[in-house]
Amino acid sequence: MKNNNWKKILKDPYLVAGGIITGLILLMIIVGFFWMPYEPTKMNAAEKLQGASLRHLMGTDNMGRDIFSRVMYGSRVTLMIAIGTIIIGAGVGTIIGAITGYYGGMLDEITMRVIDALFAFPSILLALVIVSVYGIGWVQLLVSLGIAFVPSFARIVRGEVLRCKNMDYVENARLQGVSDIRMIFVHILPNIKGVMASSILIGFNNAVLAEAGLSYLGVGSQPPYASLGRMLSDSQQYMTKSPSYVLGPGIIIVLMVLGFAFLGEGIRRWK
Amino acid sequence: MRYIIKKFFMTIITLVVVSFCVFLAFSVIPGDPALKKLGMEASPELVAQVREEMGLNDPLVVRYYRWISAFVKGDFGTSYSYNKPVMWLIAGKIPNTIILGIMAFLITVVVSIPLGIFTAKHENGVIDRVISVTNQIIMAIPPFFSGILISMIFAGVIRLFAPKGYVSYKDNVPGFLWYLLFPAVALALPKIAMTVKMLRGSVLDEAGKDYTRTAYSRGNRTNEVLYRHVLKNAMIPVITFLGMVLADMVAGSIVVEKVFDVPGVSTVLINSISNRDYPVVQTIIMGIATIVIVINLLVDIVYCVIDPRIRIDE
Repeated sequence: MKNNNWKKILKDPYLVAGGIITGLILLMIIVGFFWMPYEPTKMNAAEKLQGASLRHLMGTDNMGRDIFSRVMYGSRVTLMIAIGTIIIGAGVGTIIGAITGYYGGMLDEITMRVIDALFAFPSILLALVIVSVYGIGWVQLLVSLGIAFVPSFARIVRGEVLRCKNMDYVENARLQGVSDIRMIFVHILPNIKGVMASSILIGFNNAVLAEAGLSYLGVGSQPPYASLGRMLSDSQQYMTKSPSYVLGPGIIIVLMVLGFAFLGEGIRRWK
Repeated sequence: MRYIIKKFFMTIITLVVVSFCVFLAFSVIPGDPALKKLGMEASPELVAQVREEMGLNDPLVVRYYRWISAFVKGDFGTSYSYNKPVMWLIAGKIPNTIILGIMAFLITVVVSIPLGIFTAKHENGVIDRVISVTNQIIMAIPPFFSGILISMIFAGVIRLFAPKGYVSYKDNVPGFLWYLLFPAVALALPKIAMTVKMLRGSVLDEAGKDYTRTAYSRGNRTNEVLYRHVLKNAMIPVITFLGMVLADMVAGSIVVEKVFDVPGVSTVLINSISNRDYPVVQTIIMGIATIVIVINLLVDIVYCVIDPRIRIDE
């Protein structure tokens, strides 16, 4: 049985491609924790704006820093922030969605109005508000992106809880005297994990794109620390002279998103 | 009609909630606006007097009411850094942002609807498969990266336009539109991919339903069934989605304007954030949020006009 599943997975081009891409990116990030070809913030005036070579896989930037090392570091930051965002967004969103969906009533009405209002508010704007009020930094970035992702999870979980609430198995558990909290977390939530999995994958991609976009605007991680978005915005003025400076970080962002998108698409088709 | 009125009131409530949140966010900022206005050496008595004049001692709700009623009348306050009305700062920039958003939206609609219908019609054909994979890839490219790629190719190699060579609409309208076309394409690309995917799925969903089979069994040809029956129903979710796309483009233009150096509202926004010029930030954020919320209301109304079922359901 297990063997069969593996054969099925290997036959699906989306799952294979997604697995390979995501695997390579993760490998690059994990290796980056232990070893990087150069120190990502080390400047070298003698080797400015070099093209791709064996010495520098993606060339060097305008301060002679090795782009591949900076990409390794930057994708680590992006991944961490995306994971943090999803933990905050999915965690808080699930709790809000489950409680409002389960109890309903006035609390539900009020919470959903606030959630709708937040949902109407583009996530990039929310992040900009928080950053402009509390200053630029990765904590602010994490909190603002996390809050921005709460509404979508709250809505999805609420809808699913509403759907499950009147099903026979819930009624049955209720007759056996299961408490509300246990009902929500032990009986209902495990039954909606399929929906959760796909929205987490989509959310993860949106978080990567949002982080990259914000650091492109200059409100993400601050120099000299590398971040993929910031590298892109710095590289723009050298785009004709040194294309590898632009393409390196850009392609890594695309691959990061693409890997998870392929995995999501594969999982969706699986069902 | 009742449905529209209900939606209208809900929009008003949403606007009040959003505006209050924006107001609250900016009123908890550390630092005293009166002190900022007078400079650090001002005497405490003077600061207290100015605080009273600026109405900073009033309760939160009173200050909120004063701010929002002025906002509705078009009085957005005074910029800290330029000491000029906020409106004066952004008035010339608004057309750039709006035209960029509209162009990107039109490109999305014009390209994605025929493409979506085509891929659904030729489901699992070679072209459909190529487009599906291309869609996945395009969705993974953030607009600022596609924007840089577009300027590398079309400004650097083919030289269709000058990089960072924005032309003002006051000087040369065709030149202005031509320059904006490239950022608009960058903004539209991921949305095109999403819309094509969505329309394809929606058409295929409807094509599997009973009424489609009935239409076929009455001897209609594929095109007749597709355009007269299937598409009418398949477009409903797509229209909602396009409304969200339009709203998204207003916010998405913030990044793309920076890539192409278009002097739009977002340039002012980003500069004001780094200068801590809160009245400007507050106005622009509230303005964009208002546009997004109003677009959502319009989508609901359109939705209700084209799909009578919704009026009964609610």
